[in-house]
Amino acid sequence: MRKWVLASALSGLFAILVIGSFSSKGYEPTELMKLKEKYSVKRSPSVDHSLFVSLQKKFSSPQEVTITCISCHNKRHIEVMQSNHWNWEREEYVQGRGIVYLGKKNAINNFCIGTQGNETSCAKCHIGYGMDSKGSVFTDSSNVDCLVCHDNTETYVKASEKGGAPPASLNLNLIAQSVGTPKRSNCGVCHFYGGGGNNVKHGDLDMAMFEPTKVLDIHMGTDGSNLSCVDCHTTEKHNISGKIYSLSSMNHQRNTCEQCHTANPHEDAVLNEHTLKVSCQSCHIPIYAKENATKMYWDWSTAGKLRDGKPFVEEDSMGNHIYMSIKGSFEWKKNVKPDYVWFNGTASHYLEGDSIADSSTPLVLNPLHGSYADEESKIIPVKIHSAKQPYDPINKILIQPKLYADKKGEGAFWKDFNWQTAAEIGMKEVHLPFSGKIDFIETKMYWPVNHMVASKEETVQCRECHTRDNGRLASLTDFYMPGRDYSKPVETAGQGLLLLTLLGAFFHGSTRFIIKKRNQRKDKE
Amino acid sequence: MSKKSVYVYRSFERFWHWFQAMLIFFLAFTGFEIHGTYSFFGFRNAVTYHNIAAYLFIALIIFAIFWHVATGEWKQYVPTFVHIKAQLNYYIFGIFNNAAHPVKKTVLSKLNPLQKLTYFGLKILVIPVIVSSGLLYMLYRYPQRYGIETLNVQSLETIAIIHTIGAFLLTSFVVAHLYLITTGETITSNLKAMLTGYEELEIKDDQTSPSIE
Repeated sequence: MRKWVLASALSGLFAILVIGSFSSKGYEPTELMKLKEKYSVKRSPSVDHSLFVSLQKKFSSPQEVTITCISCHNKRHIEVMQSNHWNWEREEYVQGRGIVYLGKKNAINNFCIGTQGNETSCAKCHIGYGMDSKGSVFTDSSNVDCLVCHDNTETYVKASEKGGAPPASLNLNLIAQSVGTPKRSNCGVCHFYGGGGNNVKHGDLDMAMFEPTKVLDIHMGTDGSNLSCVDCHTTEKHNISGKIYSLSSMNHQRNTCEQCHTANPHEDAVLNEHTLKVSCQSCHIPIYAKENATKMYWDWSTAGKLRDGKPFVEEDSMGNHIYMSIKGSFEWKKNVKPDYVWFNGTASHYLEGDSIADSSTPLVLNPLHGSYADEESKIIPVKIHSAKQPYDPINKILIQPKLYADKKGEGAFWKDFNWQTAAEIGMKEVHLPFSGKIDFIETKMYWPVNHMVASKEETVQCRECHTRDNGRLASLTDFYMPGRDYSKPVETAGQGLLLLTLLGAFFHGSTRFIIKKRNQRKDKE
Repeated sequence: MSKKSVYVYRSFERFWHWFQAMLIFFLAFTGFEIHGTYSFFGFRNAVTYHNIAAYLFIALIIFAIFWHVATGEWKQYVPTFVHIKAQLNYYIFGIFNNAAHPVKKTVLSKLNPLQKLTYFGLKILVIPVIVSSGLLYMLYRYPQRYGIETLNVQSLETIAIIHTIGAFLLTSFVVAHLYLITTGETITSNLKAMLTGYEELEIKDDQTSPSIE
């Protein structure tokens, strides 16, 4: 008998070994390893632009460079001129208003309010030359600024208030000979400084991202994967993927984490379940503005104070402007915990001339759509920027003031510091009525937070949301969340029942005990 | 009439009982942590452990059902109202005056009528409710994921509240049950019986022992 048992056990073991050796799967790289392998290879240009004869001649204007670029890349300027980067607007469908052309051109934002009438100043970041308020730049292909995106010398810059032109001192030949794929610096030079300074707008995009560490952003860290913007913001015919909902409303051409990491990236099934209702960013970006503070509040109503008849600027200890005569007062914050909202990928916008239905509550300039009940919606982290903006209390519309002008006396607020004339001229330029009355209204703007992704060790922990008081999701009350929510009657009744049971047991038991003792005493007697 | 040590609770029954007791205690402890009542394991661990214990509990229930059917032990739980007043009288009055247990325990009828009624209620109401709401709690998003409209659960709220009600009922039962252990022939006799399987039962001298080996 023992022999048989031993023999069958040994043959069983042998069988397992044989099957095991045949079915060994070998080495299988994880998704993360595949991603790292793919993105560790950096693209190199297929040609050396410094050897092209046409780029040897002396360039006297940036337009000459563009004409030379187009002589070989003879369709690229058309692509650029069809892009929203160029046009400052794109065709969008907005729920409730149908198809609209939406962009910097007509949207009101929480910062410098709007571009119309102020184009020459805004054009510091426009990808074209010769920008003026008439829009003539939009049709001339030699005005396409190829270099601002493709310069790889990191020396190309645009001059202030020159309608998009670079300073004359630049070596255009050297720059034209070293063009290539856009680097972080090409994108960052505009996108990190939007709204008139470093990290003013986004909160998760600032100059620290030129050379970030892994701690600042796990993807872009130069000591890690070292991704550049275009690794994720991939481009098809100069149409760049990924967009920000300050100016966009449709759920298409987005950049999502899932595009690389799949919809179920965790080993833990419970965590994967979260991905149905919670965006990756919500847990993986616990804080933003990690290195430099970001502007959280902008109060235009205090603008215009002068010292000795001159505008002045006040700074806080970190060097952030807290007051500027031309712009008003600001509040800044560093290491900010995001706010959280439901978002289904679509948004609405306050466009120039829209009437304000209720001026007693803050006006949201870009309401993001979504709710728990909406299957497409997920919770996303946002920076909520608040402001106080001028508005016309009679016509109930936001005022687009004339801010920028070359000279004093043209009515621009930044030169003359007079709201009345700035509003009058500004509204005339955008062909909107102005009653002559100016008031200030609180406005809010949502900026989805997508960058400054933390390592998995630094992510938001379960208890930060699943907690009774002051959790990260305390403001999202349209669903039941374990650990946070409960039914008050059930809680009271349940605790009551438990207490009654305990008391019942206690009194029943102690009565038994007392009577037993008494009987024992009686027996003795 | 004489007393004899009889084998009342067979090994599977005892294993089932104690394993179930452990699981229910652990599920309640981790469950109320998930509920937000206190913090001990940490939320994430509490969820992980609660889910593992839940699957073990379901496996145990399946085994127990099989065992009850195979041995016919399920008949023990058929509720009866006979002697129920006597049993209630015993707990409210008799127990204080050293009265005898009104219902004689035999191997064929281990449970008194109150136990029968309570356990029957647990088996057909509380446990099924807590298990099915627990399963929905764990899986509630999956129907939505696969787009089966009829199974689409819009919110966790109802599921979670039903599960919480079940948890309060079961916890109260455990408290009462723990106390009632002490109401046997002696304070520890019920506990001993559930541990060893043997209990001192009154046997008529002329009858052969009904104990099954």
